[in-house]
Amino acid sequence: MFAVSAAAVLVCMVLAMLRAVLGPTAYDRVLALNNIGTKTVVLIAVLGFVNGRPDFLDLALAYALINFIGTIAVLKYIEYGDLGASAPRETGTE
Amino acid sequence: MMGDIVTVVVWLLLLSGGFFMVTGSLGMVRLPDVFTRMHAAGMVDTMGAGLTLAGLCVYSLHDGTGLVAVRLVLVLGFLWFTSPIATHAVAKAALSGGTTPYTVGDARLRAGQAGAGPDGAGEGRTGAAPDSTRKAPAEDERGRGDR
Amino acid sequence: MNRAPWLWAILFALWLVLSWHFTPLFLFFGVVTCSIAVLVVTRMGILDRESLPLHLAWRAAAYVPWLVWEIFKSNVRVARIILSPRIRVDPSIVHFQASQRTDLGRFIYANSITLTPGTVTTGIVGDDFEVHAIVQEEIDGSEENTMNRRVARLEGEAG
Repeated sequence: MFAVSAAAVLVCMVLAMLRAVLGPTAYDRVLALNNIGTKTVVLIAVLGFVNGRPDFLDLALAYALINFIGTIAVLKYIEYGDLGASAPRETGTE
Repeated sequence: MMGDIVTVVVWLLLLSGGFFMVTGSLGMVRLPDVFTRMHAAGMVDTMGAGLTLAGLCVYSLHDGTGLVAVRLVLVLGFLWFTSPIATHAVAKAALSGGTTPYTVGDARLRAGQAGAGPDGAGEGRTGAAPDSTRKAPAEDERGRGDR
Repeated sequence: MNRAPWLWAILFALWLVLSWHFTPLFLFFGVVTCSIAVLVVTRMGILDRESLPLHLAWRAAAYVPWLVWEIFKSNVRVARIILSPRIRVDPSIVHFQASQRTDLGRFIYANSITLTPGTVTTGIVGDDFEVHAIVQEEIDGSEENTMNRRVARLEGEAG
């Protein structure tokens, strides 16, 4: 039954990849990329159960965090063109 | 007996999780612009991943590997904490990057019907926004932007 | 309330759960690691009500299940939109006032809005929330108000 779930996740990754390839703006691609990352986390978790040894969950845990950091980093690079740039302070709570 | 019930529950959770995930991914392909696609991506992040991991969680609890269940809950917790922040970051970057959100008016204009809402309907109402020009089309279209 | 011991306890519990080795060597490593982490965090001065909101823990236990149910409902709504043969979306950006008093409350509210599919917080200035909704009706309803009230209650009297 886990194989079915893994297949579903793979289909979803293909769809998201389609959006990443098509996606007119860079933001579409980043969104699709972030989504593929989420699905990878789920896929790692499910594959652990498919193989009967769910020891890879620590990898999923780490991947969830890396994926998040990666998305933020890419967005920052698109927005400021420099990863070391500090965001301009805006008035009010942001 | 107990095992049968658990199997059925796990199947249900995995299938519904897969359903939401496929639907969300389909939405990412079908919906018209970044902002609407974000909602579809949110579906994958919340219910798609949530129900699938919940299914794995139930299975591992029945299997007697409670540690695995704890880890699954942690994974889900991280996902649900980071997903809205990433989505918000995409939305904010897209807005400040000059992407105008798709509205129904755009579609009508593109279809040549020129049916956009009357201009100026939203004037003054959007005055509070520091950047009202950007989203004026969206609000004019509906004429009832805020509550 | 001194938060450092609480942080240490939480980190060490996490260490124990993730490692699940109870040999003296591993316990020693855990103690050292958690202590260094707590030391660094204390020296950076980022350990406060916002970074470790312990005072919300009990009320959050009631809020989270409600939020999950909300997420489920809006998931079904968005799924219906996506699966309909012809996509009928009516996206718009709306502004409204939130009634939370602290930044932490606003943060929780904004993230809750974004976490429910169909609505994404695109910006906050002071009290003013800027939210993108996939269909206008999604945000016109009373649900957003309910969530606003619930987060304000979660935030508590202490502010």
